[in-house]
Amino acid sequence: MKQDRSTTLYLGPQHPGITGNMMIKLQLEGDTIVKATTHVGYLHRGFEKLIERRNWLQSFTILCRMCVPEPDPNEENYARAVEQIEGREVPERAKYIRVLVLELARLASLLLWYAGQPGSAGLYTMGQWSVGDRNYILDLFEELTGGRIYHMYIWPGGVRRDLPEGFGDRVLKVMDYLEKRWKDYDRLMFDNAIFQKRAKGVGIINPKKAREWGVVGPPLRGCGIKSDVRIDEPYEVYDKLDFQVPDMYKDGDVWSRALVRRFEFLQSISIVRQVIEKMPQGPVFNKIPNPHKWVVPKGDALVKTETVRGESAFYVVSDGSNKPRRVHLKGPAYIHGFTLLEDVLVGANLADVSFIMNSLGTCPPEMER
Amino acid sequence: MSFFNIKGTVNPLTALAQFAKKPHTLRFPEVEVEAKDRYRGVHYNDLQACIGCGNCSTICMNEAIDMINIAGIDSSKGDTGLRPRVDNGRCCWCALCVEVCPTGSLSLTKDYIYVTEDADAFLWTPGVDNPEGVNLKSFVSSKEHSLNVYGRVPMKELVGMERVKSFAEVVLGYEEAEARLEASRCISCGICTEVCPEHMHIPEYINAIAAGKDEDALRIIYDNNPFPEMCGKVCTRRCEEVCAMTHRGVEDDPHDKGAIAIRWLKRYVTETAPTAERIKEIVNPEISESNGFKVSIIGAGPSGLTAGYYLALRGFDVTIYEALNKAGGMTMWGIPKYRFPMDSLDKQVEYMESIGVKIKYNTRVGVDIQFDDIYSNSDAVFLGIGYQKAWTLGIDGDDMPGVIAAVDYLREINGGGTLDVGNKVVVIGGGNVAIDGARVSARHGADVTILYRRRVQDMPADWEEIEGAEHEGITIVPQGIPVKFIAGDDGKVKYVRYLKAEMKVEKEGARPSPVAIEGSETDIEVTTVIGAIGQEADYSFIPESFKDKIEINRGRIITYEYNQTKDPKVFAGGDTVNKTADAISAIADGFQAVKGIVKMLLKEE
Repeated sequence: MKQDRSTTLYLGPQHPGITGNMMIKLQLEGDTIVKATTHVGYLHRGFEKLIERRNWLQSFTILCRMCVPEPDPNEENYARAVEQIEGREVPERAKYIRVLVLELARLASLLLWYAGQPGSAGLYTMGQWSVGDRNYILDLFEELTGGRIYHMYIWPGGVRRDLPEGFGDRVLKVMDYLEKRWKDYDRLMFDNAIFQKRAKGVGIINPKKAREWGVVGPPLRGCGIKSDVRIDEPYEVYDKLDFQVPDMYKDGDVWSRALVRRFEFLQSISIVRQVIEKMPQGPVFNKIPNPHKWVVPKGDALVKTETVRGESAFYVVSDGSNKPRRVHLKGPAYIHGFTLLEDVLVGANLADVSFIMNSLGTCPPEMER
Repeated sequence: MSFFNIKGTVNPLTALAQFAKKPHTLRFPEVEVEAKDRYRGVHYNDLQACIGCGNCSTICMNEAIDMINIAGIDSSKGDTGLRPRVDNGRCCWCALCVEVCPTGSLSLTKDYIYVTEDADAFLWTPGVDNPEGVNLKSFVSSKEHSLNVYGRVPMKELVGMERVKSFAEVVLGYEEAEARLEASRCISCGICTEVCPEHMHIPEYINAIAAGKDEDALRIIYDNNPFPEMCGKVCTRRCEEVCAMTHRGVEDDPHDKGAIAIRWLKRYVTETAPTAERIKEIVNPEISESNGFKVSIIGAGPSGLTAGYYLALRGFDVTIYEALNKAGGMTMWGIPKYRFPMDSLDKQVEYMESIGVKIKYNTRVGVDIQFDDIYSNSDAVFLGIGYQKAWTLGIDGDDMPGVIAAVDYLREINGGGTLDVGNKVVVIGGGNVAIDGARVSARHGADVTILYRRRVQDMPADWEEIEGAEHEGITIVPQGIPVKFIAGDDGKVKYVRYLKAEMKVEKEGARPSPVAIEGSETDIEVTTVIGAIGQEADYSFIPESFKDKIEINRGRIITYEYNQTKDPKVFAGGDTVNKTADAISAIADGFQAVKGIVKMLLKEE
């Protein structure tokens, strides 16, 4: 009988260490991974197909559900694509509010990463803090949009409601609090010798491959490559805001990616403060026609946003009817969860799988729209 | 990193300081957590404000809302009697239902906790199952945030004094883009269809217009109304009164209240088919083979022509007897041409004749042909004779020269005749006929005064007619009761004497009625007095022996199902049957009679 040293292990789809309902088939030799294959299909809800049967307005309520931690970029992308096809103007104030919502969502999502990244290395305290702190942002969302997780707030033409009275002050208060907490997180997580040891030199991405494969977001910036849609192709009012994109973390490992996110956390806080300060007065919605009969002229649009996981693109096609012909999402996780993950996992330790996944931002709903 | 990382070992331990701090968590349910002011929790519906239009149900992509009958709410004019029921298990809390609610009755509340193991228990009728929600409303509808488009696309018209120079049409009609825009406001609730006497397919043809399919719209309209151009110009449009869009449109537009301009949209469609040939080409109706039955129709008014058109389509041999030289009835002879031009009518009648309706003009029944002959030679008879005989004013001197009836005057003018009314005209009455008489006189250069017993707001005339008259420089004297006409030296009427009246409510809740103030006599100098206080039918052509067979009560023919009279062979419709005195009711009567005749003779529905 031939002796085979390799073991096949199915990780997921319901494993808590996985970043959602997906599965990785691992071939192990001892504790070391020799081959990883991503399997999806456990979370397919057919968003893109469902949208074909909804009218232009109805579609916007389902789009946010493509990403739980950070639903707003999807809404914003769709709205902007439709506006682009239609040539619809968006009031300036609405653009500022959109950026505010996007950055708050980025912070909320980063806080979830602050829970997942160290959590998958066994540092659970961090998660309890950051998820608790995220709640303050969710409270803001509840006040602004009426929803905590899914906001359904940014829609074609602007946003649904103006800021409530005194909302800016409350946002700034939360920002001050989060900045303070950022230092606490540093002491608990980034200074932590164990975390450093787990993160450094693990899950290294080859910058050349990353470029070729279309890796985006923190995984790319963690290789020292400066790339951010907000700077490269500014949308909404990002060109009027002052912020930095990190390119000083060049190691391409989990640690570098963590530092990128740590850096971006403060940048987002700064953006939120600038938005509150610069926001002009005025209307927030350029009214769309009666939604039942709203027809978007023939055309298509490709729009991008920088989500917390990287560049997310929407391709929207109108055949001139009252329903979108096609709405296609190309999220960062599509590359990060297949091509990149399968490559990075080779040679990694079994115990580092979910640790690496968290650092790449694999998001199954984005892979199976 | 040194071999022994002191910072990395000590710093994480600072987390222990958290033990000394207050927790962030709230001890729910011991501590109540109230949702924020915009929270999107379970629905609440103000059952009285809701009109059951179902727009919430249509916008809901989760099919979480259906419209049901509930106890205590009955359907009525402008209210379907249905109310939304929400499946909270399906709802995604997007609140689009709130954003499209035309009345603003629906809102979401701060209520968000409901636990049960029974899935059916998540079916709630908002407002019925959670009356306490009235105090918990959070995500509410407002006109500002509504996705409904409340403002009507304004209609272009000739300006006031420009109009009186000629009989040119006052209303100019929608351009294509305007029509599309106006049609796109419609939410297709169909509340209008219920109140339309003819139950026209209003949402369907408006949808077709919005989608740019004007030919489809015309076909849909012709399905049950062969007079779209007439209705598109002069319909009393009861549909617009109940339009869902009126509930929030009052401030900007006190008259139309922002209702969808259903009438103007219909008008727009008919204008896309400028000739009878073009109508025939577009509508391209299916005409059944001759079935051998002969139907005679007396009176080529809206009801008679409608009956004739649909009977002809079903293969009947239809003959219409018309006393005058043109078809159209009151819409031809009563409505002034600046409201309803001659060619608009001719085009429609011509189209009817082209599909096989035979009209015998200048044939007065009772004179040129006897009713008995018609009756015995036909398988069915339809009476659509209308109200063309004016009531006399019943005032001292009403028979003197210079005192005329508005219907006679309008008939003369519409027939191309000339009747000099002089330069000072007083019109007595407050209905549409009175205003028509006044505005026509104004177009002949007269200085016109309308004398009406009650207040302006009590006038039965259409508000746009009253407003139109005012814009054309016509004086309205309300609360004036004419008592005497005084002749001049030539024997013609010279003065109208009237008493001023005050409005008194005689019985609690009763309509206030005018009571003359003694000693308030005022005289107005006139050249002509036009009386317009009402009309009645002229049944003199019907033999006495037959009148008993068809029940005539207080001037009206009594009809039963399908507008059939007591004599099963005889059907009737129009002003002689219903009191609404408008063309659309007459059309509805004609359409019903067609159903009745088809059922009776062809034995089919």
